[in-house]
Order: sequence, then structure tokens, then C-alpha cells
Amino acid sequence: MEIVKPQWKKPPPSANDVVSTLPLYRSAPPLEVRLEDFELYAIDRLRVLKGVSDGLSRGKRPEEMEKLVNDLWKANMRHPLPSEVTNKDIISHFVLRLVYCRTEELRKWFLSNEIALFRYRFRLLSPEAQRLLMAEFDLPYKPVTTAEFEGVKEKLHLVARSTGQLKPTASDAIFYKVPFEEVPELVAGRRVFICKGYAYVAMNQVVSLVVTQFRGLLSKALVLTNRKWTSTIREEEKDRLTPIVETLCTSYLGPDYSQPKEFAEVSIKDIDQVAKSSFPLCMRHLFEKLREDHHLKHGGRMQLGLFLKGVGLKLDDALAFWKAEFSQKVGAERFDKEYAYSIRHNYGREGKRTDYTPYSCQKIISSTPGVGDHHGCPYRHFSEENLRAALSRMGVNSGALENVMDKVRNRHYQLACTLTFESIHGLSYDAGINHPNQYFSDSQKFFKSKNNPSGQGEPLDARSPI
Amino acid sequence: MDRDESENGREDMLIDGQKQGNVSVPREFNVNYLKLYYAKLFPYADMFKWMSYGNDGKHPACDQSYFGRREFSFTLENDIYLRYQSFNNVLQLENSIKEKCPFKIDIGPVYSVDPAKKNAYAQSGDNVFTPVERELIFDIDITDYDDVRYCCSGADVCLECWPLMTVAIKVIDTALRDDFGFNHILWVYSGRRGVHCWVCDGKARRLTNEQRAAVADYFRVYKGNENSSKKVSLTGPALHPFLVRSYSEVLERFFETKLLPSQNIFSTEDRYEKILEMIPDKTATSELRGKWQTKKGSKEDINVVRWEQLKNTLQSGKYKAQGLRRCVEEIVFSFTYPRLDMEVSRHMNHLLKAPFCVHPKTGHVCVPIDPNHCDEFDPTAVPTLLQLFEELNIGGTRAEDDNEWDRTSLGQPISFFRSSFLQPLLKSCKEEMESSYKAKLQQSKSPLSW
Ligand SMILES: [Zn+2]
Repeated sequence: MEIVKPQWKKPPPSANDVVSTLPLYRSAPPLEVRLEDFELYAIDRLRVLKGVSDGLSRGKRPEEMEKLVNDLWKANMRHPLPSEVTNKDIISHFVLRLVYCRTEELRKWFLSNEIALFRYRFRLLSPEAQRLLMAEFDLPYKPVTTAEFEGVKEKLHLVARSTGQLKPTASDAIFYKVPFEEVPELVAGRRVFICKGYAYVAMNQVVSLVVTQFRGLLSKALVLTNRKWTSTIREEEKDRLTPIVETLCTSYLGPDYSQPKEFAEVSIKDIDQVAKSSFPLCMRHLFEKLREDHHLKHGGRMQLGLFLKGVGLKLDDALAFWKAEFSQKVGAERFDKEYAYSIRHNYGREGKRTDYTPYSCQKIISSTPGVGDHHGCPYRHFSEENLRAALSRMGVNSGALENVMDKVRNRHYQLACTLTFESIHGLSYDAGINHPNQYFSDSQKFFKSKNNPSGQGEPLDARSPI
Repeated sequence: MDRDESENGREDMLIDGQKQGNVSVPREFNVNYLKLYYAKLFPYADMFKWMSYGNDGKHPACDQSYFGRREFSFTLENDIYLRYQSFNNVLQLENSIKEKCPFKIDIGPVYSVDPAKKNAYAQSGDNVFTPVERELIFDIDITDYDDVRYCCSGADVCLECWPLMTVAIKVIDTALRDDFGFNHILWVYSGRRGVHCWVCDGKARRLTNEQRAAVADYFRVYKGNENSSKKVSLTGPALHPFLVRSYSEVLERFFETKLLPSQNIFSTEDRYEKILEMIPDKTATSELRGKWQTKKGSKEDINVVRWEQLKNTLQSGKYKAQGLRRCVEEIVFSFTYPRLDMEVSRHMNHLLKAPFCVHPKTGHVCVPIDPNHCDEFDPTAVPTLLQLFEELNIGGTRAEDDNEWDRTSLGQPISFFRSSFLQPLLKSCKEEMESSYKAKLQQSKSPLSW
């Protein structure tokens, strides 16, 4: 890509390169990229990857994932110029490779979601395109010979039946004999016959093989990109690409809720009522603790304070709200001296005057509350017992509660929160909770449309694909 | 850390405390015996040979740093836990163990760099310190079988329930060899309530976490939900060949001939109700319940009779169509199929207790188990520290030699360890080293010839 220094540019693809609909991203394309496309393409792909990641952690079945990937791709990766579609795919991949090569954790996230994306895009290809792509990988496996097939036929039939497939026959079924470690997911699901270290992979399972190859390719490439990034690119591009690259991976893609505009502001007199009806558990807990103890430590003040700002509590109201509580504990004077500053700060009226943005789920989940702290994500930081009690108080019924706890055990905290949302509002919420303020605003939308059934009202964010 | 002592340590002590009244230390174990054991009996050289995997030799392909990158961890008498211990040679290992006299020795992975210096590397940035090799390990614990054994519970084991472990060894060992093609497998008694398995083939040691998880999942049939009566779910119109083999070669026979009569799983209403809960058909269960509520005097074992009735009912033409036949298999699997601690197998950096450790609660030495003769293994007859101490004393003032253990009951386990595990392993390590060295030479030569 022309946007970075020429030495990053790889030789152009040779003439015999197979052009298929699913690129393998072997080398950066020799294209010119406009700086704004650089970022916009990347953000579009990031939306796809985040959607994939959500789908996976929701435990969607393969067929559902296939549909999800198809929808996400169509929604985000289109381009008015047909000739640009493949370029956008390739460019966005390489930009994100740069963004996500920089730490082990980022690489892991990118790798697993790019691979899932690849897997389901591969499944959506025509058999002919699939075959072409396989040829491109030049897989080192030979099909099982007819003689060998006869020897293990019974076992292969059994596996096929155990996975609910039709009987394979020598004529229509090609099997590849592959070291078991190359098809871990088929092994894990007992979807292959394994003998003496070799898995017998049916033609319709080759997606696993291809994915394994792709994973190897991408994982190596990420390490190399990381080396290039640290040794040259970061410094050379420090005025142009580096700032973009460094902020892209932390960019939270939904609305940031720093400017409450969708709803009329919330005033102090309503706050107890909306806290009960529409706060997510993390905020409800902080809110209740504040009312109870008339105090919150710094982490809690930040998490709740910025959330309330996002909800629409104006600065003056915020000051009054916090003061009413804190003065009961520390006195009004001390409040003015020690605490008021940071509230104004949150609203950008002190210090750097930057507008602080409400915390997203990701940030809250990764926080590390200590003794006496009440902030953090209850699904992650509460004991099972406390969480169960809190959820019942919120009105989650016992059936839903078990599902929530199940997600918690599997560390899908946002999904647990989503299920809570679904249970309380009695609706299915496909978008998934990514932000406490999203929880709040969609909850409010829900109650408004319920109270006003004739008016169409605004649709829930949940209805749009992302 | 393996669960055997860590998580359940406290519970152990309670159980022991209740059982043994005022005696706080079991007779079979005390520090002085342990010191003597480490001084005279612990097989340092064999452990070193094993953990070196041939890298302690003179071959140019040997990686001299290999053993030194292995993590050991010690749990000392006062529960002080020393992680990331590493040793460059057998003498260092021996001296450290003798000096610290650990109550438990755990073995971790081989890291990219010396684990003792991990902090120094941590400061240098990116993840230089990472596990690179680790045996594929399995941990099976009798406490996980509490819902299917009525003779004991918790950490207790007797000869009635131990065969559940034997069955686990048979099923897993066969699959590791026949399905996955592994050859160098060591089974070890965990000293109290279970068994550990070490798969040591080069290929196994280099598996990624994802691949390990895949193997573990291949073995999994449990849903693991406490709240569901059906613990095993075998779906699909047929069973995978691995499950078919496990069922027909091991589980079915064990269930019908051993477990059924010895655990009396149908003998009372409480017990048979638990089994009826696994049958998702009200008509079938009430038919059976009707038969069992009126006790008929019979010479035959009541458990066997009722099991036959259950099988006949479910397999009769009446219910066949509704897929109830699979229920029979599900019940057998629920009661007998190996229950692995998945987490232990999934990750390279899980620690596992070293063979030949001594369990501080029982005094039992963690001796190898021969999978080909695992039926004959008797956990209550495993040598204890006290026993070894006495055997050493009877030997009296004989001149010191290398083979102190030959005059104790540790002689047999150690010679089994050597002949059936260590020697074949080292032979194949040598071959593997030779062939990879040749391949490398070939590779480095080829550009020159072009
Ligand atoms: Zn027992």
C-alpha cells in the first residue's frame, strides 16, 4: 500500500496468482490509499470483527454465525465502486493488522475474529471457489486411497452418522488423512475418526484444514508486522499513521454517550425512579451504595459520575446530587473543597477541560476494584451469591438467572448483562450490551414505546445490525 | 497447581481431623521419614533423565538449556509455596530437594527462558517468558465421582470404588495410544484419591493450548451441570467409534459385573429414583417404579435384577422408536465414564505433582501404575513412608550403594518406571533428535549445492 513507506510494499502478485473471492492477504497490496479511506475502511472492518466476536461469545451456532457474517459483511464492507470491493477488503485487513499487531492480547483478539470471519466467508463460497482456494494453499495432504477407505469404512460411517450426516461412500466421499493436531475443532467435537494420530477429514470438513492454514499464515504475519512496526513504521509514521493506528483498537464503535442528546435530560427528582427502571446492575449498585453510605471511592465516583453525565444529568444537577449525599458523610464544606473539583473535571470544566467520556463495558470489566470499592462489573466482580441476590432484586426470574450465571461462569459478562436486560424488559435484544449508557437509553426507549404504543417511537438500537 | 492439595487442602485436614481424633499427623508420614526418603530413596537421576528428554547427552543437537528451563515448584512443610524453581543439572535438583525437604513437588512446563529469571525478562517487554513445551497431562480424581459411589465420599477411597479409576485408565490409555498414536504414557497414583497421566511423546509435549483443549474435549461426555439429572448426553443417531469402543470393551462389562453389585445402585428407592430421573419418558419410568416398589424375594442380586428389567423395558419394542435405547448407554456412561479435570489438560502452564512424591496426608508414595495390569493395582498396598523407613532399618548397616531402593518396596515401582517408561522414551528421544538433526543438516547444505 502506497500510504506507508515504499519498503513495506511487497512485489506485485505474479501473473499466475489465483484470483478468488476470498483473499488470503499474503502480501500488502500495491495500491494507493487515501488517508481517510485508511481509517474508514479499518473502522468498517472493525465493526464486522466486533460483530463476529459478539456472535461467538453469545454461543451462536455455525449456521447462525454464517448468517451473521453474511449480514455484517454486507452491511459494512460494501463499496459504491465494484472494483473497490476487494481492495477495501484487503486494505482494511492490512490496516487492522498494523493496529492489532502490537501486543499479544491484541494479536490474539484479531487472530481469533479474523479466523472466524474467514471460516464463515469460506463456508459461504461456492464449492468451485472453495476448491480454488484449497489449491491456493497447496495443502500437503493426499486423499485416502480406495483400498484404505475400505479398511476404515465402518468407522467413517459411524462418525458420519454420529454427527447426523449421510453415509459416505467411496465414490462421492473424498477423505484426507491429516495429523489430528491440525484439525483441533474437529477433534474436539468428535466429528472425525482418529486413528494412530491421524484424523480422517471428509471433503465437507476441509474448511477446518483451510482455517488451520490461514491461522498459521496470519499468526506468523502478525509477528512480522509487529517487528516492522516497532523497528520502523511507528517512528516513520509518527505524524501521520501512528496516531490513527494507536487509537483504532481502543475505539469503541458505538456512540460514546458523551453528549446526551437523544433524550430529554434527567433531572434529580426523577433519578431514583429511572435508576430502578433503567440502570444496568453496575450503575444501580453504585447508585444504591451511594444512597446508603453517602460516599463512594474514586473509581465508583468516576464510573457512576460519567454515566450520569451520559444519562443527561447536567453539571449543576450533578453537583447538587453528589453534594446531597457526600455532605451527609463529610460535610458540605469538605465536599466543595475536595470533591466538587473532580465532578466539574468530569464535565470538562476544570483542568484540561477535556470532556470525559462515560466508561464502556470493556473498560468497566477490565477495571480492578479493591477493598471498599463498588465500581467494576458485577457480573465479573461479585461473588456468585451476591450476584444472584442482586439479580433477583432486579427482578430477573429464576430461569433467566441460571442462564445469566451460566454466561458468568464462561466469563461472558456482557452477555450476562444482555440476558439480564432481556429478562427485565421481556424482549430479545440481539445487539448485545456494550455500554452502560446503551443499556440505559434502550431501556428508556423501551418504556417510552410501551407507554405510548400508538406512536411509532424510535426503534431500539437492537434492531439495527450493529 | 494440581487440585489434589491446593483447593481441597483445608477440607482434607478437616476430614482427617475427624477421622483420627487427636492424632494430628498420620503415623505413615513425618518429616524425619521424608528427609530419609529424600536422602536415600528419591530417584533423582531417573527424574532428571526423564525431564531432559535426551538433551543431557553429547549429541550436537542436544539443547543444554532444556532441563534448566523447566519449572519445578515446592510446597514446604509450613505451606510456603515456592514457584519457578529451576535447576541446571541433577545435582542442583537433588541438593535443593534435600535442603528444602518439600512436602510436595510440582512440575510445570518448559519455558522459553529460565523460569527463575522470569522477572528479569518480564521487564524487558513483550512476552519473552512463555511456556514452550509441556507433557499432555490428565488428572482424574475420585472425589468427582461422589454421586455414583455409595461406599465412600470426598477424599476417601476403598477397593469398592477404586475400580472407577481403573476404568478411567483403561479408556483413556487406549484412546491415547490407538486414536492419538501416543506411545510414551506414564500413569501415576496421586497418593490418595486419584491418578495422574503424563503423555510424553515429543508431539504431545509440543501441542498448543488449543490442541490440548481439543484432546480434552474429545474425551468429554459430561455436561457438568449440577442442576440437571442427566449428566451425560449422547446425541445423534450413532455413537462415535471411540465411545463405542469404550462402551463395549470396558464400560458395559464393568458396570454390569462390578459396579452394579458393589455400589448397590438400585437397592433403595433414593438410589433407583436417581436413575429413573435419567429416563425422559413418564410411562417407562412409572412402569419400572411399579415393578420395584413391591419387593419380591429373589435369590438374585436385586441390582442385577432391576438393571435387567430397566434394559428390557427401554429396549422393548414399545419405546424403541422414541430413542430410549440410548438411555441405557447414557446411564452406563454416567456411572462409569472417566471424569477428567479438564482445566488441567487444557493449558500448558498447569502444574502437576511429580511422580515419586509422598502424599503428606497418607504417606503413600506416588508410584507408577502399569496400565496393562491396572486391575491389579491396589491403592491401599502402595508403599508408605513408614513402611520404607522400616524396610531401610531392617537392611541395617549394609554398605551404602546406589540401589538402596532395591531392599525396599520401592524397588519394583522404580524398576517398572525405568523399564517400561523411561528406557523406551529415551530411545525414541534419541532417534527423534538424530533424525531432526539430519534433516537440519540437509537443509543447511542444500542452498550451497544450488
Ligand atoms: Zn469406596
